[in-house]
Amino acid sequence: MGTSKKRLFSGNEAIARGAYEAGVRVAAGYPGTPATEILESLAKYEGVYAEWSVNEKVALEVASGASIAGARALAAMKHVGLNVASDPLMTLSYTGVGGGLVIVTADDPGHHSSQNEQDNRNYAAFAKLPMLEPADSGEAYRFARLAFALSEKFDTPVLVRTTTRISHSRSVVTEGRPGRPRAARMPAPDPAKYVMIPGYSEARHEFVEDRLAKLGEFAESFEHNRAELRSKSIGVITSGISYQYVREAAPSASVLKLGMCYPLPAGMMRDFAARVKKLYVVEELDPFIERQVLAQGIKAAGKLSRPGFLPLTGELDTDTVRAALSGSMVQAVPGRASGIPSRTPALCPGCPHRGVFYALKKCGYFVAGDIGCYTLAHAEPLSSVHTTLCMGAGISQAHGMMKAIDASGDDTSWMKLAAVIGDSTFLHSGMAALLNTVYNRGSGVVVVLDNKTTAMTGRQAHPGTGATLAGDKTKHTDVVDVVRGLGVRDVTVIDPYDVGALIELLSSHGSGKGPRVIVARRPCVLMERKRPPKPFAVDAALCVNCGDCLDTACPAISRKGEVVTIDPAQCTACGICAAACGAGAIGAL
Amino acid sequence: MSARCLETGIGRNYNMPHKPINIALAGVGGQGILTASDVLAHAAMLAGRAVKKSELHGMAQRGGSVVSHVRTGELVHSPVIPDASAGYMLAFGRLEALRYAGLLAPGARVIMNRVEIHTISEYSGDDYPEDVEHTLDGLDAYVITVPGRQIAEGAGNARANGSVLLGALSTFLPMTPRNWAEAFRRVLSPGLLEVNIDAFRLGRSWMSVRAK
Repeated sequence: MGTSKKRLFSGNEAIARGAYEAGVRVAAGYPGTPATEILESLAKYEGVYAEWSVNEKVALEVASGASIAGARALAAMKHVGLNVASDPLMTLSYTGVGGGLVIVTADDPGHHSSQNEQDNRNYAAFAKLPMLEPADSGEAYRFARLAFALSEKFDTPVLVRTTTRISHSRSVVTEGRPGRPRAARMPAPDPAKYVMIPGYSEARHEFVEDRLAKLGEFAESFEHNRAELRSKSIGVITSGISYQYVREAAPSASVLKLGMCYPLPAGMMRDFAARVKKLYVVEELDPFIERQVLAQGIKAAGKLSRPGFLPLTGELDTDTVRAALSGSMVQAVPGRASGIPSRTPALCPGCPHRGVFYALKKCGYFVAGDIGCYTLAHAEPLSSVHTTLCMGAGISQAHGMMKAIDASGDDTSWMKLAAVIGDSTFLHSGMAALLNTVYNRGSGVVVVLDNKTTAMTGRQAHPGTGATLAGDKTKHTDVVDVVRGLGVRDVTVIDPYDVGALIELLSSHGSGKGPRVIVARRPCVLMERKRPPKPFAVDAALCVNCGDCLDTACPAISRKGEVVTIDPAQCTACGICAAACGAGAIGAL
Repeated sequence: MSARCLETGIGRNYNMPHKPINIALAGVGGQGILTASDVLAHAAMLAGRAVKKSELHGMAQRGGSVVSHVRTGELVHSPVIPDASAGYMLAFGRLEALRYAGLLAPGARVIMNRVEIHTISEYSGDDYPEDVEHTLDGLDAYVITVPGRQIAEGAGNARANGSVLLGALSTFLPMTPRNWAEAFRRVLSPGLLEVNIDAFRLGRSWMSVRAK
């Protein structure tokens, strides 16, 4: 076989390729690790319209609209993104589809880059939707390709679930030929299917239950649910990346590999169980498969029936699975070798957020934070983000705190309360929260960190950047206009490198009437890779070794004994450390 | 039923353990580790081998630690190298070699670049371990220190030191120079090709003349 069609695809690239070959026409999503590259890859294919929507709810609604018009459509998001999209998801189960609709959820067991490690297989059961779970890039490609036809055959959205190890690992995929995308057109009205009000939704619910039973039958002969018979003494039911760990840890075990993790093929499971002496269920996070196995009355050992068999938290690996299957006690995965300084991610040298958080810290604020690069400011020594919950939560939480504290009348300590939010996060869901603060007579400081990009996930476009995912110029939404439009009167735009001005602004108190919004505006330092004019340096003669510059948490600054140095290879001459230095010892070379 | 992924062997009916070659590439975000591991993995694919690679990225830009796992053989299941199973490590800095020492199999070869990048947490009290080579020896590993930047300068750009390390590593692996050249072509943009392939060749020669 020639190597020309062989590609080393990540799971995400493979999904994009599979969807493209299946003729997907519209794809929508919002950046979120580990899903981001699915949309980015799809945007490169001819004939595919791919957009960054402002948030995941809108993305799924957009994709569902395309589906109503008869086009095959896809929405992709990370696991918590599906929470945002769960409102349309739950009722899309009732309406079904026009053109095939595939929803990719990229989960993050082990929270490598998320605020939780929820197991989105549960959504399949909750929404009563079929869910496919690929075990490598090859399957990610195949499952994405067949999911659209499956969707149309059963009149159902189809969930495809990956995890970080599938989305971001690369393995070999052989590309196939793309099919022709289905034409889309204005649909003939079909209110019984698409207008979900009590009169119509009752019948659709009946349809959903009936469909689920049919999918259960289909699962029995689904080609990607497969019993691999080897040993008669040990059998393992598994799916997704866990399959790989099982195969490596116990190569002689019989394996029931589930390509569709919901609904499960009851008959196939019973048949498999009868062929082995000891049956195990190996899966990451929730005992999702195990619950269904046990509910069928099949005896199996898993984390539910045998506590300690496998951990309920974190991701699995070959060694953990091997230990579990050989009956040893499962140890928690050991942490980093002791004595080695940790290298946790930090704000880049020159990051404009640094100025804001340094100033917030100096002024003694409690900071209700949000999701983005700026969340990194929670770490020592900045320690200047005190809550992080979900997209848009900072503003709402600060408002709730203020109302609770202010309710006692005399307590004005809430004035040292600030909410911070990034520009992309603000446009995702912060607007609604800020409107709420205005409408419900809240107050307090809100800092919008306008670095002109969706940075943490790799600097994607959003409405404030003036360009789309495809690179087309578009209306540029100015955050200041939005804030004013929501009714905020007290709006100040400031350069976050100007630490002095920030401290002055944050030291004074507002009128207490309505929120004070500070828009800290400067592009992400990685956007323009220019050589800085001259890196800064520490004048040893003036330095008093107080450590104030180190308090800015810049990776370019280090101290050995009494000598503080700035790495000229990393320094971008932002000047924030110079502003922090009380001895005037830092300046351009 | 032909629902098999021939590329990676899902469904193939073997029951004996397969032992792929496991290579870890470790360093700090921004050093070109992911690119180097892409080239390595492509070379293996082009040689007709099964290959998987994995890493945790997203934090790489922010000075965080990066480790990439590349596994290649007749069959590869987990994309993650199990503990104490890496026969080779490419370390782009001394600290990262020590950080990921748990991955090293007994007798592993560590090809280490001469670079030191300090961490913020050293300011908070943890000390940069001076004696990295010695600690690695204690773990039953052969450490080969490569003057990567120097050799890369010889090829025309000190930043191509990743390709120098790949060249050094390549002497231990079954891929041919042709596989490697095609791998560089598939991964790098045309402008970067010549200097990196030169750096690769210099690294490969450098290692070939050393006692292994």
